[in-house]
Amino acid sequence: MNYYIRRFAQAIVTFVVGMFITFALYRLVPGGPVEAIIADRVQQMQQRGQPVDTQEVGDMAEQLTGINPDTPIPIAFYEWLRDIILYQDFGESILFQDPVFDILFRGMPWSIFLSVYGLLLGFTATIAVGVFMAWHEGTKIDSGLTVFVLVMRSIPYYVAAIVMLSVLAFQWGLFPTGGRAPPAATPGFNVEYMVGIARHAALPILSNFIVGFAGGAIGMRALSVRVIGEDYLRSARLRGLGTNRILTRYLTRNSILPIYTGFMLGIAGMFSSNVITEVIFQYHGVGWFMLEAAVSQDYPLVMAAFVFFSSITVTAILIADFTYGLIDPRAGTGASRESF
Amino acid sequence: MSENEPRSDGGVTQESIFGTDEEVERRRTPPAERARRAFDFYIATPFRVAWSDWRTRIGGVGVLFYLLMGTVGVWLVPPPQINEGPYYLQPFVDWSMPLGTDNLGRGVFKTLVHSTPAMMKMALAGIVFSIGIAVLVGMIAGYKGGVVDTVLMTIADVFITLPGLPLIIVLAAIFSPQDPFIVGTIIAIDQWPGLARMLRSQVLSLREEDFVEAARSIGLSTPTIVGQELVPKVAPFVLVSAAGAAVAVIFQSVALYFIGVLPFNSFNWGVMMQLAYQQGNAISAPGRAGHWMLFPLLAISGVSFSLILFSQGLDRVFNPRLLARHSETVPEDEQDGAGDL
Repeated sequence: MNYYIRRFAQAIVTFVVGMFITFALYRLVPGGPVEAIIADRVQQMQQRGQPVDTQEVGDMAEQLTGINPDTPIPIAFYEWLRDIILYQDFGESILFQDPVFDILFRGMPWSIFLSVYGLLLGFTATIAVGVFMAWHEGTKIDSGLTVFVLVMRSIPYYVAAIVMLSVLAFQWGLFPTGGRAPPAATPGFNVEYMVGIARHAALPILSNFIVGFAGGAIGMRALSVRVIGEDYLRSARLRGLGTNRILTRYLTRNSILPIYTGFMLGIAGMFSSNVITEVIFQYHGVGWFMLEAAVSQDYPLVMAAFVFFSSITVTAILIADFTYGLIDPRAGTGASRESF
Repeated sequence: MSENEPRSDGGVTQESIFGTDEEVERRRTPPAERARRAFDFYIATPFRVAWSDWRTRIGGVGVLFYLLMGTVGVWLVPPPQINEGPYYLQPFVDWSMPLGTDNLGRGVFKTLVHSTPAMMKMALAGIVFSIGIAVLVGMIAGYKGGVVDTVLMTIADVFITLPGLPLIIVLAAIFSPQDPFIVGTIIAIDQWPGLARMLRSQVLSLREEDFVEAARSIGLSTPTIVGQELVPKVAPFVLVSAAGAAVAVIFQSVALYFIGVLPFNSFNWGVMMQLAYQQGNAISAPGRAGHWMLFPLLAISGVSFSLILFSQGLDRVFNPRLLARHSETVPEDEQDGAGDL
């Protein structure tokens, strides 16, 4: 129990330290958001031939970003964090002129939708293909699939996304070319809207599926090959158990253990790579908003999106650590080692 | 296996407290013979093992091709010029412009070749940065243990917690980097913690091995033990990870250039794709500008395929059992036991 409390505290500390580093970087680096906005306004005023009032422009930039350059960074960070935790107040987006929390909250379900389906499909395929390859180890099926998996891994997921978008959506018109839902349909539980969502999400999920699939199959194969050599598998076969039972209960279940942690980390990675997918498909989730904000120096929105991604990563890793002992009883919780 | 032959696990004894037969033997062997053995052991044998595996063969040739393209190719192919051909010329039509031209009449092939050095610089910076920090942190944390381990791993945990791509996007927005070396370093920032953790866990199991305990008990210093006993054991893993880091840097940099987060003032494959998408509408109208985007895509897939194949095959180069079988200087009767150290 002590381990769980310590691990939980560690997760919170890492999260806060990570946020602080990013927050401080944003402040310290020359050409940060406040200066960028000031420079932008000064240039605009000079073009119009207006007299430049530095004080006034500075005040305006402060109001837009919510940054007061005179506040020391630790205090500013404390205030920023306090507003988030107590009031869910991330500030107001410069680009969209809306509270940041509302923008992200609207985008969140869509991002989670894409990532979760892509990841589940990808990992199922990884496990199935890996075990299948191990079962047919050394045959033509094995080497053929190995080459296939290697080729799949060499193709970046966004390449697959681009090709699918160009061919399936633009050329053949099988899928919509972008967006989250058909604009004509009324949101809600009606057939038209639901089918529309599924059609819009199909290609992004498919390219996320490729992200999840490519990495693990070879590793899964190696793990399964090792399990196949174990004695209990041979005795299971000698006992006359059916192939299906051996494959599912004995082989797959035991070879999944080591990649379980990878699965939890994969959730975090999936949300990250989802940023690129969302941009390519113009799918307005958290990633799309983050990118728009980053390009136009919308500092409050970028930081808030970053908080969103970080909290998903921290939670995923924490859950992986907490549950691994339950899944594999042989793994202890933090062994003690001598130091030299 | 006797002491006076080159050892097949790649371990080299350099620091010795007691005089061994090895020194006597070494004095008796003529320098030319020693050089030949060293060449056979360190260069020729790994190369033979590498060549015998189809993965390394194809991957190695691929990697070499890209390296030549980025060095000799740049020197052979003249840089692209605006208006040197018609706009949006299709590929394989005019053989002076083999891959067609872009919206300003620049040859796609020439741009492709002149983009390679930028990609190589990014990959190199990424490898040096991520592998360097990972080796330093992972080895020290794993070997020293205790407080040092806790502190270093906590730092690594903080960086693992920061989501990779969003962090890079934030950093890119803050710094607006243009120099390929800095871009590569920023992109590799999420690579090292995972590697450091894996190296640490390898060192954790190695430090309990007999030969490390023996080295410690005869009083060798920590740097000597880490440098001479541990580094050769984890070198294969480091090399394979370096190839992985290069692939990751290339993937992500191209993605970031493509979606327009990174500013640019020179060409690379991601920039080409970005321009093809923004100015040529290559995705919605591939008939006109499709080739402008397709060839950089192929170049990226090709380089990552070569690197992944090469690193898969490299695993075998470092397998001591295989090394002994291909070596000319290890006698036949000793090859059975090779690798059982």
